[in-house]
Amino acid sequence: MNKKISNSFSDDQLLKFYEKMFLIRKFEEKAAQLYGAGKIGGFCHLYIGQEAVVIGILSSINSEDTVITAYRDHGHILARGVDPKSVMSELTGRKDGISKGKGGSMHMFSKANRFYGGHGIVGAQVPLGVGIGFAHKYRNEKKISRVYLGDGAMSNGQVFEAFNLASLWELPVLFIIENNKYGMGTSIGRSAAGNELFERATVFGIRGEKVNGMNFFTVSDAAIRARDYINNNSKPYIIEMDTYRYRGHSMSDPGLYRTKDEVNKMKEIDPVLMMKKSLLKEYKFEEDTIKDIESDIKKQIKDVEKFSLDSPLPDIKELFTEVYL
Amino acid sequence: MKILLPALSPTMETGNLVKWLVKEGDDVLSGDILAEIETDKATMELESPDDGKIEKILVKEGSENISVNTEIALLSVEGEEIEEIIEKPIESSTPVIPNGADTKITENNISTGSLLKDQSDSLETKNWYEKEITMREALNQAIEEEMILDKDVFLLGEEVAEYDGAYKVTQGLLDKFGSKRVLDTPISEHGFTGLAIGAAMSGLKPICEFMTFNFSMQAIDQIVNSAAKSLYMSGGEINVPIVFRGPNGAAARVGAQHSQCFISWFSHIPGLLVVAPSNARDAKGLLKSSIRNPNPVVFLEHELLYKEKTNVPEENDFLIPIGKANLIKEGSDVTIIGFSMSVQRVLNALPSIEKLGIKPDIIDLRSIKPLDEDLVYKSVKKTNRVVIVEDGWGNTSFGSHLSYLIQSNCFDYLDSEIIKVSGKDVPMPYAENLEKLALPNTDEIISAVKKVSYTN
Repeated sequence: MNKKISNSFSDDQLLKFYEKMFLIRKFEEKAAQLYGAGKIGGFCHLYIGQEAVVIGILSSINSEDTVITAYRDHGHILARGVDPKSVMSELTGRKDGISKGKGGSMHMFSKANRFYGGHGIVGAQVPLGVGIGFAHKYRNEKKISRVYLGDGAMSNGQVFEAFNLASLWELPVLFIIENNKYGMGTSIGRSAAGNELFERATVFGIRGEKVNGMNFFTVSDAAIRARDYINNNSKPYIIEMDTYRYRGHSMSDPGLYRTKDEVNKMKEIDPVLMMKKSLLKEYKFEEDTIKDIESDIKKQIKDVEKFSLDSPLPDIKELFTEVYL
Repeated sequence: MKILLPALSPTMETGNLVKWLVKEGDDVLSGDILAEIETDKATMELESPDDGKIEKILVKEGSENISVNTEIALLSVEGEEIEEIIEKPIESSTPVIPNGADTKITENNISTGSLLKDQSDSLETKNWYEKEITMREALNQAIEEEMILDKDVFLLGEEVAEYDGAYKVTQGLLDKFGSKRVLDTPISEHGFTGLAIGAAMSGLKPICEFMTFNFSMQAIDQIVNSAAKSLYMSGGEINVPIVFRGPNGAAARVGAQHSQCFISWFSHIPGLLVVAPSNARDAKGLLKSSIRNPNPVVFLEHELLYKEKTNVPEENDFLIPIGKANLIKEGSDVTIIGFSMSVQRVLNALPSIEKLGIKPDIIDLRSIKPLDEDLVYKSVKKTNRVVIVEDGWGNTSFGSHLSYLIQSNCFDYLDSEIIKVSGKDVPMPYAENLEKLALPNTDEIISAVKKVSYTN
């Protein structure tokens, strides 16, 4: 583990990052329960197992920077600082949801928090995110557009068109591949020819690397390197995060395409537990400090649950609003 | 804590408890597998929601058709009082699907209705300084004027900059605005359309040119799923102020893949505005309105009309509101409705129609969505007869929808069936004679008018 850069975080910052990771974990577990209880409908793609990616990246983001992702977006919008109550209320399809109950799990946005969704079509968010990067450059803003995509999207045509445009027009875009090894039920070995996924972008002149996405510190180091590269060179960059999702693709996925042993082996390097261990052993935080954070989050999640179930359904007149401005 | 039979798929209502993997008294950790449940789709594992001890198993393994949310076990959780999710009736009124008398709410234009308010046509009748120019020049002026007025407006597409536009619509704009605002793209519609939509989401106002709309199909997912739906899906948070423009419809002798009308495709999509001008003046006024509009606008031009000239105001404030049709000829006997190129076809047939002693109302719709229903119905209630002319294929077409709207809103006024003259249901042939036959022609328009007028 290269801690040269990460060590520059203050104690408060490190605890904050852990708190966010733990929040996402507990939020998603609650979402799974509410789905099971029939309170959340449709598709629900959980982020459990991938938390180090979004929080590691968060450690390099300035509040003006923009983020866009696909449909596994709960962790990303929470990381961006949107109130978990409005996120959970969107999952329960209620009036107080961030999209007023009209978007659902896959479609959440917050301009104030520079979060541009929440997109349900694999790969489509990539040209959109490049467009957001285009807007940053057009306006001479010192911002980076962070574009998340899965390993599945790396075989999607428009993604390569977007790489080409981002590199050709030298746009400030950081592509983050969350390689969790499966595009729904198809393993990467059965869907992607060739070598590493990120190398598919390097042919367009985009520099990149692959990092351990299960560890906050390795992600954070790479994220900071990438940010500095983009700022210094005004060119895009790509990071492939080696990560894993512990739950199914969506809630109705029986997971027959991988073995229990594989999942259990990956759980031994659970990113939330690994960070906690690090904070206790290497950074010498008190056990109680961590416990307090965890119990506060557990309490918060109870409030979030209650809020998201108490919030009324959207008014029926909402059916016809916001189709046009 | 009660463990309930969870819904493990979007459609699951009941499940079978295949097997318990724990027994009463077992200590479990959050995430441990408690049981196997067979759903309507697959056999799934039920995970423990928390750390605790299995107090009681309430449903035996092998039980079938257990309803979702049935209590199947009790879990005692350390440090937590037994507490249930508060089951509270949801307060807001349950959605009621409007029935019978209320069906008005489900009709086509309810979501575009608000767009038609506060639009006056006073601008159109004002005294402008006018000059006769081609539609090509009119479009160019519209883009130039709007780019001068608003620095957030930029233009991208294939060959729009250094080549001066494949059809010369964007001629000279690179020199005036530079390569930052007039961008040649690779031949990469899916990518650059997505890029343009992303830029619009962040507040820029792209004009995204398709060399022809045939190529927009490469990007149809971005137009439909990203541009059209974002405002709604985000609860009003993200609007997409973009214009997709370029030539649409059949040009001349360019074969099946380069000759088709997409008006019916795009007007099908909630969230898109669809505009299709027939002349230079309208093209300028409507393009300026489209660039200023905060919604995604599909602006469908026609290659064969680019060279046609009309008088066009040379002023920044000249706008034609989206959603206002134009009664280009006033008569009394039959309403003939067209848009874009089909208006030209109607005008070509006009002398012969007049020779028959028939005086038509000719309506140029100009905007397909929102649709100027008032003007159409007013005319139909006067003439009692309707002919619709569209270049596109007639199968499930915009013209079909328009005739539905007319019959449902003007039923008592109609003295005849509504006739629709559409493109034939074939890919566009290359041979000159066959191509002519595939498109609506003068004879077909005349015989439709005769038929609805009961004239021989």
